[in-house]
Amino acid sequence: MERAEIESKFTELLVSELGLDADKINPGARFEEDLEVDSLGVVELLMALEDEFDVTIPDEEAENLTTVGEAIDLVVAKLA
Amino acid sequence: MNATITGWGKALPPSVLTNSDLESIMDTSDEWITSRSGIKERRISHVETSDMATIAAHRALAAAGLEPADIDLIIVATCSPDTLIPSAAAFVQAKLGAKNAGAVDLNAACSGFVYSLVFGANMIRGGTHKRVLVIGAEKLHYYMDFTDRSTSVLFGDGAGAVVLEPTEADEGLLSSELGMDGDSAEFLCIPGFGTIGDRVPDLPSEVGVQMDGQEVFRRAVTMMGDSSVRVVEEAGIGFEDVDILIPHQANQRIIDATARRLKLPSERVFMNIHAYGNTSAATIPIALTEALEEGRIRPGANIVFAAFGGGLSWAAAVLRWGTRTEPIATSDVDFPPSERTTMELLQPNFDFFGLEEL
Repeated sequence: MERAEIESKFTELLVSELGLDADKINPGARFEEDLEVDSLGVVELLMALEDEFDVTIPDEEAENLTTVGEAIDLVVAKLA
Repeated sequence: MNATITGWGKALPPSVLTNSDLESIMDTSDEWITSRSGIKERRISHVETSDMATIAAHRALAAAGLEPADIDLIIVATCSPDTLIPSAAAFVQAKLGAKNAGAVDLNAACSGFVYSLVFGANMIRGGTHKRVLVIGAEKLHYYMDFTDRSTSVLFGDGAGAVVLEPTEADEGLLSSELGMDGDSAEFLCIPGFGTIGDRVPDLPSEVGVQMDGQEVFRRAVTMMGDSSVRVVEEAGIGFEDVDILIPHQANQRIIDATARRLKLPSERVFMNIHAYGNTSAATIPIALTEALEEGRIRPGANIVFAAFGGGLSWAAAVLRWGTRTEPIATSDVDFPPSERTTMELLQPNFDFFGLEEL
């Protein structure tokens, strides 16, 4: 899967699963501060990512994610 | 032969604790609690667990058209019994006057009702019992530490009951799964309540509910979803045949995420968590009773029950409803009037656990 395709699916998930505004989503956006995703929202997103991309994201890797770009990097690395 | 539900009832104590009440005793807000849990209010009981259980039982017996003496087994799912000896079920047997019934408590935390439903149904299928009363009843406010704003806002009190009877018709319990991940117990527990703890704990929080919300969230969604898939398959039906999912009411977002995983639209998922919070083993029988009251269970409906809780336990079952969705009779048994306000009922908690400094 190309990075661009992952980014686009990722944005779709943020809109459909977390109800975020697509215009606010960019790689530098921070989940909690910029997108107002709370701690459960991050968990919801991780679970949606695992389902969508068929990857496993352990808690210790998930703990370090603060921005959209970091989460995309993680998925890209998992699928590489 | 199978076992089917012929009676149902709920007992919700009259005292209400709203989010705005909580705003007056801790640093929280209605918006914070609602957005993270879906809960707007919960009930605080002025009577004991077995009293709520007995009221729900009277109502379920009336709905089934039965008398207490007709019952031959009582199972009370609870993790907040009046006393450890006797069991809550012993109190219920006496208060009901169910003189022909054996009685036992079952503790599987929030999964306790589905565990008990499966145990009760299999006693009927095994031929040893004919009329089993299965009750979920909790007085969880006893454990609430209001200095911990992340957990104390989530739980409430209440009871629900069903009557199980034998059937030869194409209805009743179709499939079930009972599970436990005891290695993960630390994520949701009351760590010092029992022989492991000091008789007088060093820290009050050792005998209050402790929970890692994110861990529980993830596991609850995964296990409730996966076990639902397995029991639906075992029942020989597909999700298109599932009329309603009645999940344990712990958190609206857990229920929403589980429903999304199962691709069930919201009209096929029952939710009443806004009104009662998490009443542990009592949520599912209360929800089933309200689903019937709201006309959301039609004859022959395929119902999926799914629960998750302390242990970490989980349980799921598929039950095909019979033909009757109306109670045969109603009971006028009700709560005694309460002499105290909700805050007065909570004063022992404030005295023991303390209160946040606002």
